Amino acid sequence: MAESSTPTSSAGKSGPAPILFDREENLTADTFLRGLWKENPVFVTMLGMCPTLAVTNSAINALGMGLSTTFVLVVSGALISLLRNWIPKQVRIASYIVIIATFVTIVDYLIQAVSLELYAALGAFIQLIVVNCIILGRAEAYASKQRLVPTLVNSLGTGLGFTLALLSLGTVREILGNGSILGIPLFGSDFQGWLVMILPPGGFFVLGAWMMLFNWLRLRKERRTAASSGVTAHAG
Amino acid sequence: MLRTLGGIATISGLLVVLADQLTAPMIAEKQRILTERLVFQLVPNAAAKRDFMITAEGRLEAAGEGVTGDPVYATYRADGRLEALTITGEGSGYAGPVRVMFAYDPDCACIVGSKVLKSNETPGFGDKLGTDPDFLKNFEALDTTLDADGRALANPIVTVKHGTKTAPWQIDAISGATISSRAMGKAANAAAQRAVPIIQRELANLLSQPK
Amino acid sequence: MPRPIEIRTSPHLKRAISVDRIMRNVVFALLPICAFAVFQFGLSALLLLLTTTGVAIATEWFFSRMSERGSTVSDWSVVITGILLGLTLPPGFPLWMAAVAAFVGVALGKAFFGGLGYNVMNPALVGRAFVQAAFPVAITTWTPAFAPGRFVELIPSTLTMPFMRPEPVADWVAGLNLDAWTGATPLALQKFQHIEVPLLDNALGLVAGSSGETASLLILACGLWLAFRRMLDWRIPLSVMAGAALTALPFWLMDGNLYPTPWFVLCSGGLMLGAWFMASDMVASPVTARGAVIYGVFIGSLTVFIRLFGGLVEGIMYAILLGNAVGPLISSWTQPRIYGVVKKTRESSQP
Repeated sequence: MAESSTPTSSAGKSGPAPILFDREENLTADTFLRGLWKENPVFVTMLGMCPTLAVTNSAINALGMGLSTTFVLVVSGALISLLRNWIPKQVRIASYIVIIATFVTIVDYLIQAVSLELYAALGAFIQLIVVNCIILGRAEAYASKQRLVPTLVNSLGTGLGFTLALLSLGTVREILGNGSILGIPLFGSDFQGWLVMILPPGGFFVLGAWMMLFNWLRLRKERRTAASSGVTAHAG
Repeated sequence: MLRTLGGIATISGLLVVLADQLTAPMIAEKQRILTERLVFQLVPNAAAKRDFMITAEGRLEAAGEGVTGDPVYATYRADGRLEALTITGEGSGYAGPVRVMFAYDPDCACIVGSKVLKSNETPGFGDKLGTDPDFLKNFEALDTTLDADGRALANPIVTVKHGTKTAPWQIDAISGATISSRAMGKAANAAAQRAVPIIQRELANLLSQPK
Repeated sequence: MPRPIEIRTSPHLKRAISVDRIMRNVVFALLPICAFAVFQFGLSALLLLLTTTGVAIATEWFFSRMSERGSTVSDWSVVITGILLGLTLPPGFPLWMAAVAAFVGVALGKAFFGGLGYNVMNPALVGRAFVQAAFPVAITTWTPAFAPGRFVELIPSTLTMPFMRPEPVADWVAGLNLDAWTGATPLALQKFQHIEVPLLDNALGLVAGSSGETASLLILACGLWLAFRRMLDWRIPLSVMAGAALTALPFWLMDGNLYPTPWFVLCSGGLMLGAWFMASDMVASPVTARGAVIYGVFIGSLTVFIRLFGGLVEGIMYAILLGNAVGPLISSWTQPRIYGVVKKTRESSQP
């Protein structure tokens, strides 16, 4: 996963450099927005599929999972960014994993402290955040090369993008599967739930449907820009 | 390299310990509230409860530091008289274990209520265990009389096919969810076989709430 | 415009067989079965068939517009999908669920793969499998055949409001005062109570079941008519039947009280309809003759294994879908040798 849009050059670095005055990506709106849409972790880069399919059977589970992941993403990103000039290249993955695992453990405790029901619903997937490729991917591709503030902003954008993606699955699955949203019934007691939507296959169906919609929108936009700039549209 | 790794490990260790110290009391409190709510839902007339553990040696001991085992909660009415005890059992169902808490009433020597604590049964079928009104009727007076020795149930609790219940120690399965129903029966049997003899032996100490 | 099948090597056909000609013939063959379904279950079955066919056609039209390839509705294949889907659903199935099944079947089973000729699985069964997973209670709610008043009133669950739970039919059925109505299909009776309905009732379709699957003999006749007109590969249905009967035979010989007779296996449930009209789907079945036999036997015996040992009462749907899934593999295993090429033996392959 390459950050093609950022002028990265970690080759010239040697020794501790001032953290906030490193020459790397300048903070722009895109630093934040990229993760939400253009590089959405679920719908575009297709990372973190396991929790995406497994714990989105209701909106509250999706939200809990998304926010936990965002927390780990932001905090571990920040620490990795701060330590980036001290972490030797040879042991960087080990270091990242230790840092990420630390924050996952903390999240695990925090969720138990907030709600045991949510903790039971999310099950092993809380602990599995540690192997979520989105977090390791961000650490390797961004946090390890960028200053603190852009890292915070970028991680937050990616995390919210992930949360939004999970929520978009979770709401559809909860509405169709259970007739409710965030546990509040929408259609009364006579609603016929679509059992398959709560079961694992429902995750695949809804993920596929959302990806189809987003790809269709993207293709349509590309075709329009191509048409307006005078280039023949390649679709047909 | 080693220094960096050591440093990171130290920071991690400190953070985890800190988080644990901060959240442990909150988690314990949440656990307590959750258990209390479960017990009082299961035994609606209860006003107070005492916590016990059935230890590995088969003794009933007041819960506290260092006492481990299966929890048993004795619930008392407002006048301080014993209402019922909750006992917990597990049976394997369609998709993993089904863990159930039962209310045991020593007066009628029967199970008078059930509450599924944990189950992964298929939504729409297996989760009827906690909701199906006909099925729940099974647990309003499920016979758990002890045999002559007082060591085991006179009649082990069994789940029978839907519509064929004839004896008070049988559970009438949900049509279409036989395996889940059977898991519930196994849980009831496991809980009763283990806890009822011990409770009956210690009943004298449990009858009223100590002031 | 009719889509011609292009066949360039021998045999040289005297007359071009187009896709829509074959498909039209299949529709003709299905019409008697539909007529019997309506005769047996009344207005509800008619509405069910119209709904599935209508929604299937509309879905096909919508997706062929989206794909900018021109309409493919006129090749009749989607009509078959719609009719078959209707025939495999219980007669009192709520119409909104039937519409969901038809949409999912045509969209997910066919359009997303690229339309007719590209679908991996039988679209009608994809739709049915989806609603089986989504609405497991509604799809196993059966109503009696030949209910009095079936031509003037609907089964109460038919006209359920969209997204709402269907009204229970038990009270309505009780009001009909039918003797001997147990709410179970012959398959369920056999599986759980080990009672076989009389063979003749089963073969003629005088029993409960999905709206168009009960009349085994009629389905057999319609299928044979198509096979004689060479509109379907006779190897597939015959090997499905042979596979099912031969798999059931040893179990029946072992314990005749517990396991069904082979003829009961052939006449009950959707086996006949599945064998003749769904397993034989031209797109989703293997193309070689040997492959067709392997594929048929696989489906037939899998059906029996699901029926006897699975959690489900009927297994033909999943058996055909699995058969469709392994179909391409069977095709590639059973490629005929090119004329004149000597089969490689172990000796000759080692220099």
